[in-house]
Order: sequence, then C-alpha cells, then structure tokens
Amino acid sequence: MNFFVLGVNHKTAPVEVRERFAIPEVRLPEALGKLTSMDGIEEGMIVSTCNRVEIFAHSQNGDCDLRKFVREYFGFRAGEYEPYIFEHEQLEAVAHIFRVASSLDSMVVGESQILGQVKDAYATARAVGAVTSQLDQLLTRAFAVAKKVRNETTIAVSPVSIASVAAELAEKIFGSLAGKSVYLVGAGNTCELAARHLIAHGAKKIFVCNRTPERAVALANKFEGEAISFERLYDTVPRADIVISSTGAPHTIFRKEHGEKFLHLRKNRPMFFIDLAVPRDIDPGLNDLDGVFVYNIDDLQQVAQSHLGERRKEAARAELLVKEEVRKFEQRAQNAEVVPTIVSLQQHLETLRQSELERMRSRLGDLTPEQEMAVEALTRGIINKIMHTPITTLKSVAHDPESNVVIDVVRKLFNLCRKVC
Amino acid sequence: MPLLWLRVATVLYGLGLLHAFLMLRRKGERAGRVAAPAVGLGMVFHFVSLVETALLSGYLELLTIRHAESALALLVALIFMGVYLRYKTPSPAAFIFPLIFILTFASAMDQHAMAFTSPRIRSGWIVFHVCSLLAGYAMLFLTFVSSVLYLILSRQLKHKQTVSWAARLPALQEIDELGYKSLLLGLPFMTAGLMAGVLVAQEHYGSTYFADPKVLLSLLMWGIYLVLLYTRWSAGWRGRKAACLASFGFFVAVCAWGANYLSRLHRFVGP
Repeated sequence: MNFFVLGVNHKTAPVEVRERFAIPEVRLPEALGKLTSMDGIEEGMIVSTCNRVEIFAHSQNGDCDLRKFVREYFGFRAGEYEPYIFEHEQLEAVAHIFRVASSLDSMVVGESQILGQVKDAYATARAVGAVTSQLDQLLTRAFAVAKKVRNETTIAVSPVSIASVAAELAEKIFGSLAGKSVYLVGAGNTCELAARHLIAHGAKKIFVCNRTPERAVALANKFEGEAISFERLYDTVPRADIVISSTGAPHTIFRKEHGEKFLHLRKNRPMFFIDLAVPRDIDPGLNDLDGVFVYNIDDLQQVAQSHLGERRKEAARAELLVKEEVRKFEQRAQNAEVVPTIVSLQQHLETLRQSELERMRSRLGDLTPEQEMAVEALTRGIINKIMHTPITTLKSVAHDPESNVVIDVVRKLFNLCRKVC
Repeated sequence: MPLLWLRVATVLYGLGLLHAFLMLRRKGERAGRVAAPAVGLGMVFHFVSLVETALLSGYLELLTIRHAESALALLVALIFMGVYLRYKTPSPAAFIFPLIFILTFASAMDQHAMAFTSPRIRSGWIVFHVCSLLAGYAMLFLTFVSSVLYLILSRQLKHKQTVSWAARLPALQEIDELGYKSLLLGLPFMTAGLMAGVLVAQEHYGSTYFADPKVLLSLLMWGIYLVLLYTRWSAGWRGRKAACLASFGFFVAVCAWGANYLSRLHRFVGP
C-alpha cells in the first residue's frame, strides 16, 4: 500500500497561494499524463477545486517524489510555497482521502459539493488511464465511506446558510412549500436570495412590493410573480403565507395590530414573517400572536450557528467512523499482498516435499505404518522450520511501506509466481 | 390461549414503548428499527387474541370491560400505524404507546374483572353502540395528542429553540391537519354510537337512563366535539385555544370511560 498525497487546501494556504496551484479542468488530462509518466508513480489523480488542489498517487516501490512534479509542472523554484504544502503518505494518505470525500475536511463541514468534485476528478483520471487498480480500489472505498458517514451521522442534515435556514423553518411550519405564496417587501439582494431558496423548495406564487415600482416590477418579472404598489402593501399580506421584509424604513412596518387583522382574514392559518432588515421592519410583538412566527436576521444566524455546532459534534462521530474504515482498509490491503505470498510459499514447499518423498520411496522399500508416519513427520518438520522465518518476516513487515520489497525478495528466493498458483 | 396471545402482544407493545422513549433521547434512532415492527407484530397477536375470544364465547361483543379496553388499544394502535405510514413520523408514539400499553396490560393481567353478564349486551344495537364509541374515543385521543404536539412545536418555533426530538416532528400544518382529520372522522362514529345507545336505553329504561353519570359525560364529550369542530370552521381555531379545548374533551372522555364503575346502566350485570 504505497499511497501519497501532496497539495494545498483552505487549511494550509490562503487563496492567493491556492490559485497559483489551480489546474483548470481542461488541462487535467495533460497534467495527469505528466504525473503518471514520472519515475515511480504508477497511478495518479488530481482534485482541483477553489478550496483545494491535491495530488494523489500510488507507487509500487514507494519511491514517489510529488514535490518534483509540482516544481516541474507549475515551474516553481525549489522551496517556493513550501510552508503552504501538506503531504501525507500511506495510511495518512488513505485517511486524508476518506476525510475529504466525507466532507470532514471541508470549510463548511458536511457540505455535499466536495464528494461530487472528487468523483469528477476520479472520472477524469480513469478516463485517461491514470487510475487503474490500487487508486481505483482506494477511491471506490472512499466513496463508500462518504456514503456511510452521510447515512450514519447527521453531519449534512441541517442547513447552515441564512437563506436555507429560512426555507427549512418555512418547511417546519407549512410542511411542503408546494403552492405556498411568498411576499417580498423590499427588493434587495438578500430578499431575492431567500425567495430563490423558497422557490427551490416548491413555493409557487411570489408578490413583490417596493417603494420604487420599477424595481418591484423587475424583481417580480424574474420570478414570474406579481408586483404590488406600495399603497396596497397591507392588502396583499393576508394572501401570503411567508412574508420576507428587507426595506430601509427607519421604523417598523408590520405591527401587532396588523398581525391580528391578517390572522382574522386568514382564519388563523399560520404565517411566517422573515425580517432581514436592520433596523427591523417587523415588530417583535407580532411573534406573541398565536399562529404568527417572526424570525429576524439574528434569529436565523443563531439557528445557522447552532446547526454548525451540531455538525461539529457529528463530525467527531464521523471521524471515528473514518478511523475504523482506515483500519479495515489497511487490514484488507495487508491481506491482499502478504497472504497470497504466504500461501504460495506453503504450496511450493509442500509440492517439493511430496515429489522428494515420491522419488525416495523406491529406495526406502516397504515401510511399516509407524515408519511411514515418522518419515511424514520428519519431512513436514523440516519444511515448517524452513518456512518459519520467511512467514514471520512477511507478517511483521505487512505494516511497513517496504513490505513490497520483502514480498519480492521472498518470491525471488523461492522462485514463486506473482499470484497464487 | 387468547390470554397468552394478548400477553405476547403486551410484551411487544412494551418493547415498542421502550424504543419510543429511546428515540426521544437518541437522535439517529429510527422507529423502523424496533418500535414500528414490534407494535405491528403486537397488533397481529392482539387481533388473533380478540378473534379467538369471540370464537370461544360465540359472540362478537365485548364481554368484560377488559375486552373493551383491549379492543380500544388495538384501535388506537391501528390509528397510530395509519398516521406513521401516512406522515412518516413516529413522534406521536411517545404519547400513544403508553396508552396502548396500559390498556393492553390491564386487559392481559385481569380478564375476570366486571363481566357483562346481562343478556342485553348480545343485542346487535349494543355491539354497534360500543364499537362506534370506541372508535370515537380513539379518534378523540389522536386529536388530543396532535393538539399537544402542535402546542409544543409552535412554542419551540416561537422561542427559536429546537430540542432534538421536536426537530423530528412533522411540520406544524401537518400536525394541525392530522388533528382536524381525526376530529372530522371521529364525530360520525361518536354521534352514531350515542344515537344507538339512546335508542336502546329509551326502549329498556325509559327516560331514567338520562340521569346516568356516564350518559351525561358522554353527551358532554360529544358537545365538546361539536364545539371543537364549530370553532375550527368558523374561526379557524388552532394552537393554544384548540389544544385547551381538546385536552378538556380528552379529560371528559377519560371520566366517561371511568364512569363504568359508577354507572348502574353500563355495568350490564345480569340480575
């Protein structure tokens, strides 16, 4: 198992450095070609996103100089950007790719984009033949681990951006947002973003009201909604289930008495007010009414923060999962390399013993059953003694990066074929 | 044999109950793992037990108050399963499972309590009366549970705090819909059940039946049912007010159930 990874990511390097390492998608095949043509490197993959540029490689003999590739490919001087570069080998490299794919290494832990990006990088590398066997197994495993983390922890469940928190809360109140109507008061960017999230969750009808009618019309057209003149501001509110307000008004626009009127007209059907304005547009007293829910920008931020906190807690569980998966991967890899060698060594010596016995049988003449057993025990004992040291050595080096060297030596010394024969 | 099946069902319901409480504590726990299958299997045993009882006695009707409790528990479990499958939420389990468990447990432990020996209970009208009212009780209980859940979730949303188990409740409007539907569905059962009761009582006892505590409580319960529906239709009452009213209705229902011990009319003990 000779895996290596080297690169820069949001934890080790600022964006000014990361952009120097970035490789555009169209140039990836060429970069992969150069990577795999280097001495010692058999397989390679490059993940290049805005938060990370990481080069993964597998080398049969453990001789792999990824720094050299970086210097040559990007044309850096020796030692340039050295403090920003991280490097992992063997099991650490395995753990790293598992963590990256599971989104434990992401800036926003639990985000789902990174898995898709790693899958894209894998597909590109496979297409150009840079990933064939060992890295293929590693990545297939990494995707399975990512899926496991997602299913067995709640790391990616709660949203962490304000607009998505608003949409989640709306769903908590109304269930499905299909057919629900949204009223935007003010035509600012935050309003628009929140509306986009609500529409993505199924909200249908959009009303837009703004002091400047042209802006209201422009925004309404974007969502195929309806523009409302500012004079009719309050008349439309009862028709909306969700009201998002972000005007620059110096005083509150919606007060408790308005709320009571809206509720009466709506026969007490619940309403969700989202106040994105500072100073606030909605009187907090509105929240005291049965069936009205008011969230201001701080409330949304607080929910987002608490979700982030939850994600961090879940991340600790996910880390344990990853650790366990790394251990399993190691065990599998050891078995895959060492066990076949031991088996073919045993088979080889047993064949030798049998053929020598056959050859000597005519000279030994007729043996009593006791003598037969004694010869059997003697020959078996000899080959067991011969095999003892090679087998214990093989088992003990299974953890080392040099295990391949020892396996090769054993195979050469005993003239064993590569796979189990 | 029926008692054995009922006891097996009780154990399974108990298992479901334990898991339901565990689900409150642990976030990742899923109802599909233990609670739902345990209760589902319990329902099968429960049903077998009821059918066998009916076959053994030769009558479909519920011979003792314990049988009535057992039948009510099965009805409530059936409704829970319906809600679980429709809304994919196990949250009402925390309220409903204890009731199912207690009713079945009482029924499984003491089958000889208060046998209805009066030949009158074998009349078809009475069977109809009892079954309809049991369905009405079960629906009213669900209305009560959903209004409590509505209150809890609405409080949490207003105070901007999320407790992990409440986060897995269905949406506010879905809980509301659930309560409303069970109210709508329960009213015809309760009305028909009461009508049947009134007809039979009129024939056998004349107008004296009206002074019976159970009759009075049942009528009050029916009245609350009507008020709940009326306020819902006219003013769209939800949340606190509706929850208070539903809780009162539930309280009266429990009293009406308990009134079996006081009522002369509903003992149905043969002379």
